[in-house]
Amino acid sequence: MSVQVRIPTILRTYTGGESEVSASGTTLAEVLDDLEGSYAGIRGRIVDETGELRRFVNVYVGNDDVRFLDNLATPTPDGTQVSVIPAVAGGC
Amino acid sequence: MSLTTRPVADPTTPTREGAFGHARTLSCRECGHQAPLGPHYACPECFGPLEVAYDFPTVTREQIEAGPRNIWRYKALLPVPDDIEQSPNTEPGFTRLLRADNLARELGLTRLWVKDDSTNPTNSFKDRVVACALSAARELHASVFACPSTGNLANAVAAAGARAGIRTVVFIPSNLEHPKQVNSAVYTDRLVAVNGSYDDVNRLASEIAGEEEGWAFVNVNVRPYYAEGSKTLGYEIAEQLGWRLPDQVVIPVASGSQLTKVDKAFRELVELGLVEDKPYRIFGAQATGCSPVSTAFKSGTDAVRPVRPDTIAKSLAIGNPADGVYVLDICRRTGGAVEDVSDDEVREGILLLARTEGIFTETAGGTTVGVLRKLVATGRLDPDLETVVINTGMGLKTLDAVADRVGAAATIEPSYDAFAATGLTG
Repeated sequence: MSVQVRIPTILRTYTGGESEVSASGTTLAEVLDDLEGSYAGIRGRIVDETGELRRFVNVYVGNDDVRFLDNLATPTPDGTQVSVIPAVAGGC
Repeated sequence: MSLTTRPVADPTTPTREGAFGHARTLSCRECGHQAPLGPHYACPECFGPLEVAYDFPTVTREQIEAGPRNIWRYKALLPVPDDIEQSPNTEPGFTRLLRADNLARELGLTRLWVKDDSTNPTNSFKDRVVACALSAARELHASVFACPSTGNLANAVAAAGARAGIRTVVFIPSNLEHPKQVNSAVYTDRLVAVNGSYDDVNRLASEIAGEEEGWAFVNVNVRPYYAEGSKTLGYEIAEQLGWRLPDQVVIPVASGSQLTKVDKAFRELVELGLVEDKPYRIFGAQATGCSPVSTAFKSGTDAVRPVRPDTIAKSLAIGNPADGVYVLDICRRTGGAVEDVSDDEVREGILLLARTEGIFTETAGGTTVGVLRKLVATGRLDPDLETVVINTGMGLKTLDAVADRVGAAATIEPSYDAFAATGLTG
């Protein structure tokens, strides 16, 4: 499955400045593994030492936050857009 | 009018000495990574939030008291230049701290104050944070001043941008209360209503911030400076109490930023020798329809699980609170708590504050008063300790929340007999 991954500014040092890159995998975990193969080191910025998503990073598959889905096991159908976005403050 | 016009300036580094006052660096709250002062907000190592760290000068009470009656009296403790007062801004702050004896009596407290931020220039505490963000945007030569907002922030950004002569673009959920939309649209013709929740709007802003050079999103890429503005609430409470910390404070929680900054302010005042060290408790207030931090507090976990908000308290309707884990830490460390109340209790809180103290608060304030009442009733807030409750904004912006709960007691002909017949005499 080929997906497009939107890369936040602070991770573009890994992608040569590219804001969107292609990756493949049937789940988010596989997509992140594939990204790591292309851009060494990037996976460790998104997931922590225990293999879980870091708590201040939001990952979306399509329009949905994966924490409302199946986290790293969330399916990534062909053509899906995956977005990696730092947490943002708002309100009080 | 195009919203895609690309500005020419790239805000990467400040261009003059002292642009951020006595701020020294941006420090990651999670891993301690140090980043240079600039338009950075997330740690490149772990995505943790970056926070301003300072080399504070010696500051005395007398110096502060000799300053202007706005937040710039504390400019030495903020990431702003020493000549900040020379630049156009909305001059928020130094709002009233009202002794609330009637509300205290109603709830069974002995010493209660309301810190009333509804009297800021655009009628919410957001004018404080936006003033600091505007300074950062100006020093970074940003050409667009922007935000995603649940309403109050959009009002403050639009007004401050207008006064500063910088282009503003503000993004809001399209279902936002109409008065809050009008309160932004009067200041800017670039109000963008987004079909989605606040969290969706936030996500959009993050993506735009990553693509558009020269845009200063106040709570995204200049967030570290913006958030520091909330410290002034803590400074003012202490100064207005006669340079001492209160025993207990009740603060509304959306992202949790304000609560964390009031705590930071109290600790800084102690470190600087401006107040005596003493224990204080901080309590967080959420609406049950969006209470991820309260839920985590009650379940004893450190993880704040995001929720999809469903509450009339829209300014608190952030299902994915960025500072939620820090709110948990602070409330637990200080012996406080995080509690939530239903929408009906939010409305009751609005009416209670209005009818005891003459303060018309928005739904966030109704939430805070409702939680105060609940904390007293359940014995978790000590009624004999000095307590401050923060009112973050003005009720005129959320009229619909109580409009169907209040109205004329009677409609009569203009005669004394008709009035007497209502039973309202005496």
